[in-house]
Amino acid sequence: MLNTYEIMETIRMLEEEKLDIRTVTMGISLSDCADGDGERAREKIYNKIVNYAGDLVKVAEEIEIKYDIPIINKRISVTPISLIAAACEDKDYIEFAKTLDQAAKEVGVDFIGGFSALVHKGMTAADKKLINSIPEALAQTERVCSSVNIGTTRAGLNMDAVAQMGRIVKECAELTADNGGVAASKLVVFANAPEDNPFMAGAFHGVGEGECMINVGISGPGAVKAALTKVKGEPFDQVAETIKKTAFKITRMGQLVAKEASEKLGVTAGIVDLSLAPTPAVGDSVARILEEMGVEVAGAHGTTAALALLNDAVKKGGVMASSHVGGLSGAFIPVSEDAGMIEAVEKGALSLEKLEAMTAVCSVGLDMIALPGKTTAATISAIIADEAAIGMVNHKTTAVRVIPVPGKDVGEEVVYGGLFGRAPIMKVSEFSSIDFIARGGRIPAPLQSLKN
Amino acid sequence: MRAIITVIGVDRIGIIAEVSTLLAEANVNILDINQTVLDDYFTMTMLVSLEALEISLEELKKELVESGEKLGVSIRLQHEDIFRSMHRI
Repeated sequence: MLNTYEIMETIRMLEEEKLDIRTVTMGISLSDCADGDGERAREKIYNKIVNYAGDLVKVAEEIEIKYDIPIINKRISVTPISLIAAACEDKDYIEFAKTLDQAAKEVGVDFIGGFSALVHKGMTAADKKLINSIPEALAQTERVCSSVNIGTTRAGLNMDAVAQMGRIVKECAELTADNGGVAASKLVVFANAPEDNPFMAGAFHGVGEGECMINVGISGPGAVKAALTKVKGEPFDQVAETIKKTAFKITRMGQLVAKEASEKLGVTAGIVDLSLAPTPAVGDSVARILEEMGVEVAGAHGTTAALALLNDAVKKGGVMASSHVGGLSGAFIPVSEDAGMIEAVEKGALSLEKLEAMTAVCSVGLDMIALPGKTTAATISAIIADEAAIGMVNHKTTAVRVIPVPGKDVGEEVVYGGLFGRAPIMKVSEFSSIDFIARGGRIPAPLQSLKN
Repeated sequence: MRAIITVIGVDRIGIIAEVSTLLAEANVNILDINQTVLDDYFTMTMLVSLEALEISLEELKKELVESGEKLGVSIRLQHEDIFRSMHRI
């Protein structure tokens, strides 16, 4: 039999350290739903999602009971809608978003991702329609999430798309001004977007994926932080070892849930995403791990190095625990969703510039950051370009999910509640990037892309 | 299926009696039982077989939690695989 210490370690992780499964995400291919008639296409999409994901929530809840482990979100990702809607003649794709929303509500999932377009090299007519539909689509739906991939290491950066996405982010925020610009929190602008990411708002079911897959996102910053308190003052070798061991255990749980969920649902097990995903709950913070390593407040000098170690050790520990690792698999540093990050910003320890530096060594980018409402579209585009350049050059995924909160400025905060948390408005550079963004065209793929 | 039941809390007379009576009534077979005091807390772990369980897993868990509340201890029941997968390669 297992010994009491092992059993109690698991119980403590679940009870005190807030260990949970962040998400079980079902990826569904919609490639057979394309139709010349938009109405007919939407009917097929709705039926397929409801048919495939009808039991998703029930099965996830059964697993929660069986293992007594919370599964915080149940989600669906679908093929990028721009690819499916392209066959029809509709002038915009807002109705497609509404169909996704209805299907998500019918099966009871928290979010559905895939109102997406992949435009890293250029845009089709359908991509343009989709991107132009994003603000209304997100404002008129509750559970739909959208993402746009504007660059890859192989293709370089599509700066026309970057320019447009700055304007789209602004529009999203303005259309939902009464709710703190919440629509912008459901939109991610990617470079090197992964095809099997279970996390929102950036999840979509890539074209290289199968018919239906189960991808699982773990959580567990609290468990890592708790493990580190036992090696206070020890050298970094010890810190890395401790994180690796904890990440292994956490990931094994994710693997167990992925296997069980896919078996019960009769679909292929996809990947386990190793990302340490924080929540606004006390004790579930990535910032606190960095502080446990010895920086007084997240954002102080040393934070980037601490994060680099954390991110690497989590992967090394996690990779052996799962048969297939994928998605984003890196430490998340969303501001509004992490109590320690919020506090660091409020103390003046953490700036946008420092966050940008941190994203060079971890997943996934500038995430859930509230900006002053007066921030221009060009500045947001320039933030996207900087972040995408980091991803492009470093062969990694980066993303931007910022919310220019209408009517708010530095010193104020916006509250979303739930997993989205609350965010202090962060300062952005007051100097203009207008001429830079106005150029358009493409930033060529870097030399790193020529590996063949 | 085999599950692990953990009982954690302040020690008092009758905890094991109460829990094992409840389990017997639900037709749950106790395979192994281990009791110790960890960090000042009474800690009991039980390996049980649920093959002949006569109520649903959800109901059994509810009853255990309720009886834990009466006894002033925290009781959990989890499939043993969660511990195995975490602690055995």
